[in-house]
Amino acid sequence: MEVAVFTLGAVIVLSGGLGVLLARNPVHAALFLVQTLFGVAVLFVLLEATFLAAVQVMVYAGAIVILFLFVIMLLGVDRAEDLGIEPIVGQRPMAAVVGVSLAGLLATVLLVAVDGLTGARGGTPLGDAGDNTRRLGEALFTDMVFAVELTAILLTVAVVGAVALARRLNGPMQPLPVVAIAEADDQPEDVDDDPAEATGDGS
Amino acid sequence: MIVTTGWYLALGAALFSMGAVGLLVRRNPLVMFMCVELMLNAVNLTFVSLGAELGDLGGQLSVFFVLVVAAAEVVVGLAVIVAIMRRRSGATVDDLSVLGG
Repeated sequence: MEVAVFTLGAVIVLSGGLGVLLARNPVHAALFLVQTLFGVAVLFVLLEATFLAAVQVMVYAGAIVILFLFVIMLLGVDRAEDLGIEPIVGQRPMAAVVGVSLAGLLATVLLVAVDGLTGARGGTPLGDAGDNTRRLGEALFTDMVFAVELTAILLTVAVVGAVALARRLNGPMQPLPVVAIAEADDQPEDVDDDPAEATGDGS
Repeated sequence: MIVTTGWYLALGAALFSMGAVGLLVRRNPLVMFMCVELMLNAVNLTFVSLGAELGDLGGQLSVFFVLVVAAAEVVVGLAVIVAIMRRRSGATVDDLSVLGG
C-alpha cells in the first residue's frame, strides 16, 4: 500500500516536473506546477507531515501558482514559446549534461548519507501524525518565536517592495536601454517608445 | 517491500535536477521562476523525509520557513517581472542582459 502511494506520488511529481520543463505555453507550465505541488503534498501525507501537506496545497497551489497565473494573464504573455529555437549554441546539451551529473551527484551523496546519518538528534521529537500540527505550533511559538517574527518582517518588506516595484509611475514609460545583443541583431523596434511595439524575439 | 528514506531522497534529487535544467534551458522569466519552485519543493521533500528518518521535527520546521521565504521571493520576483514586462512586452531573459550592468 505504501509502495503504491509512493509510486503514484512519484509519478505525479515527475510528470508534472517534466511538464513544467517542456510546456511551451506558460499557463500550461503553471498547471503542471500545480500537479507537481499536489504530488509533493501526497508524499508529505505519506511521511506523516499532515500540516505541511495542507499548507502545501493552500499556500503553494492556492496562492503562489494563482499569483503566477494572474501575472501571466495580466501581462498577456500566454503565447506559446518556440522551443525549437536554441538561442545559445550548445546550451541544451550542456544543460542536459549538467542536469544528469547533478542528479547523479545528489543521489549518490544522499543515498550514501542516509546509511550513516551522524550528528545529534534534535531537541524536538517528531510526534505521530495526529499530533503534528500541535507540535509544530508549539515549536514555532516557543523555541523559534524570534525566527517567526523575522519571517513576519520579511513578508511585510516583500509586500511593500512589490507594491513599490509594480506601481505605475506618472508620465510616459521610458523604454529600457537598448541591449547589446539587440544592437548586434539590428532590431530597430527596441528603441521604439511604444511598449506595444517593442516586442522582444522568442517568447 | 517497504519505502525507505532513500526513495524520497532519490525522487528529490531527480526533481531538483529537473528544476535546474529548466532554469538553464527556458528563457521565459516566469517559467524560470516555476523551475525555481520545483527546486525548492525538491529540497522540502528532502527535509521532511530526513526529518521522518531521524524522528525530528526540525525538518518540518525548516520546510515551514522555506515556504515563507519562497512566498516572499515569488512576490518580489513577479513584481520585478511586471515592471520589466510593462516596458518591454514579451521580453525574455536574453533581452534583459542589460541588468548585468
